[in-house]
Amino acid sequence: MNDTNHHIISYTKLTSVWLTLLALTGLTIWVSGLDLGVNRVWGALAIASLKSGLVIAFFMHMKYEDKLLRWLLFVALLTLAIFIGFTFFDVLYR
Amino acid sequence: MNPQKLPQSSFWNDTGKTGITSWIFSTDHKRIGLLYFYSVLGFFLIAVCLGLLLRIELMAPGRTIMGPQTYNALFTVHGVIMVFLFIIPGFPGAFGNLIMPIQIGARDVAFPRLNLFSWWLYMLGAVIIITALFTGSGPPDTGWTFYVPFSTRTGTNVSLAVFGVFIIGFSSILTGLNFVTTIHRLRAEGMTWTRLPLFVWSLYATAWVQILATPILGITLALVIAERMLGTGLFDAARGGDPIMYQHLFWIYSHPAVYIMILPAMGVISEIIPVFSRKPVFGYKMIAFSSVAIAAAGSLVWGHHMFTSGMSDTAVLVFSFLTFVVAIPSAIKVFNWVSTLYKGSISLEAPMLFALSFLLLFSIGGLTGLILGAAATDIHVHDTQFVVGHFHYVIFGGSGFAFFGAMHYWLPKFYGRRYKEKPALIAWSMMFVGFNITYFCMMVLGMKGMPRRYYDYLPEFAPLNLASTLGSWLLALGLILLLVNLFRGLLRGEPFSGNPWGGATLEWSVATPPPTENFEEEPVVTHGPYDFKSTGIP
Ligand code: HEM
Repeated sequence: MNDTNHHIISYTKLTSVWLTLLALTGLTIWVSGLDLGVNRVWGALAIASLKSGLVIAFFMHMKYEDKLLRWLLFVALLTLAIFIGFTFFDVLYR
Repeated sequence: MNPQKLPQSSFWNDTGKTGITSWIFSTDHKRIGLLYFYSVLGFFLIAVCLGLLLRIELMAPGRTIMGPQTYNALFTVHGVIMVFLFIIPGFPGAFGNLIMPIQIGARDVAFPRLNLFSWWLYMLGAVIIITALFTGSGPPDTGWTFYVPFSTRTGTNVSLAVFGVFIIGFSSILTGLNFVTTIHRLRAEGMTWTRLPLFVWSLYATAWVQILATPILGITLALVIAERMLGTGLFDAARGGDPIMYQHLFWIYSHPAVYIMILPAMGVISEIIPVFSRKPVFGYKMIAFSSVAIAAAGSLVWGHHMFTSGMSDTAVLVFSFLTFVVAIPSAIKVFNWVSTLYKGSISLEAPMLFALSFLLLFSIGGLTGLILGAAATDIHVHDTQFVVGHFHYVIFGGSGFAFFGAMHYWLPKFYGRRYKEKPALIAWSMMFVGFNITYFCMMVLGMKGMPRRYYDYLPEFAPLNLASTLGSWLLALGLILLLVNLFRGLLRGEPFSGNPWGGATLEWSVATPPPTENFEEEPVVTHGPYDFKSTGIP
């Protein structure tokens, strides 16, 4: 990594991201109690994506990295999304 | 190896270090490549012995040399070793390491220490798997697929074995990362993407599969351990879990994993065929592109292992369709290889014989794959010996034969000595004939309804089983001859120097055996990998 553009994130920012993550965890638990049928999965996945998005952007520093790295990470996430997506051909139509 | 006898100074001796630590702590890609090579070869031979024992048990109906529990353990261990300790790490670890950096004009891989660490992780995983066989309450008996619910309930030592495979997964991911970075960053001047040797292209596509799919195996295996130790209930229908989910997770990795096994093998074939036909490869771009296409499309077909699992019909339809799609880039490759042969000036030396038999055996394996990929016919042959015959045609007749081809093609380069051609020819013919007898009989047996993973069978299956077992002995004898001839040659054979095969890729332009730094000065690439005029050899 290049030292000159090594971005340092302030503690306040890190703490607020952490608190947001905790809040979202609370939300996950609350949502799991609601009776949403199939949408339950989408709800849980949406919150989980938001949470991992925050972790990736701030804790993993992706918000401050160059395009290539972000792109590579995007490929990995897209692959995972496709893998999970394809299992729904089974789960949703059983 | 006796370094003094070598023609000149090379990576065997030019660092001045030759002891065991100069190997197991070396960061030189060639030494690491050889470490991998001998480790995978060792495990391969162990697993071959187990395979032969399985065949001996099946020689006649009833109990021949072992009971059902031993048989279950043996096919599990045979499968686990062959898949996770031989063929997945085999190509990237051994030949990828030995050849790829030289082929792109680099001194080493991008992360040499990480490379060494990968080998250590591999060995650690291997030791754990071997330990699992002799400790606890007996070797695992689940089959190499570790299917739930059996794998979460059996009393055998599944957790430890699964943990070993888990560790090996990390080794594979790190090798993949290393190779992707190396191929992006360390290509010599003039080594453009369209001048990359096709073996490098195949490793590149493979590396992405290793990076993207292997973590899922890790998670899946961790969940099996959690299920066994903590009783999480994730795969237990009685507690709201889903046993079929295990099969999805397992095959999301393990189907792409068969491309980790076959893609680099196809890369080897794409190197050997043009060199021994003295003709530029036909359709370079299509072969390169089809590697990537196979890696991508092949990642989306895992469901074809699950047609009879109770998965939804919609999923059966989708996965069956996609399976047929993968046949397209695979066929593109086969047609391109055949077109390369057309009107070539073919010389039938050992590497070429293995490459040509790859074409036939892989095609048989691939086409029988379509019988399995079509949902209707699969229901008839699922979990029969037909499947066992099919995948041995692909991974043994395909990848395995390509591995032997690569051994004859490239190892002399690293030893500076060569094997004798005639015994190699005899060994190859024995293996080729033995192979077909062994596995063709198994496919026919499967068609007739003999299930896989059983130590016993109905008397009507006896003649073909006997033939298959005899075939496996011929195969094994051929293998012994192959190894004796090859290694005798490498240690004491005729000198091998210069560019005897007449290859145009960079590894043939460096000294034999290569020096530690590979190139005396940084190479500048001015021609494509199959531009044989550049070699000056008529
Ligand atoms: C001389 C060589 C070999 C022989 C005689 C042999 C024989 C066999 C036999 C008899 C079975 C079990 C059939 C059953 O289900 O009852 C088997 C399974 C298997 N073999 Fe081989 N094999 C050989 C080489 C290989 C190679 C080179 C590979 C892979 C690179 C391989 C991979 C497997 C796998 C994955 C299984 C499935 C194990 C399971 O059912 O869990 N074998 N083999």
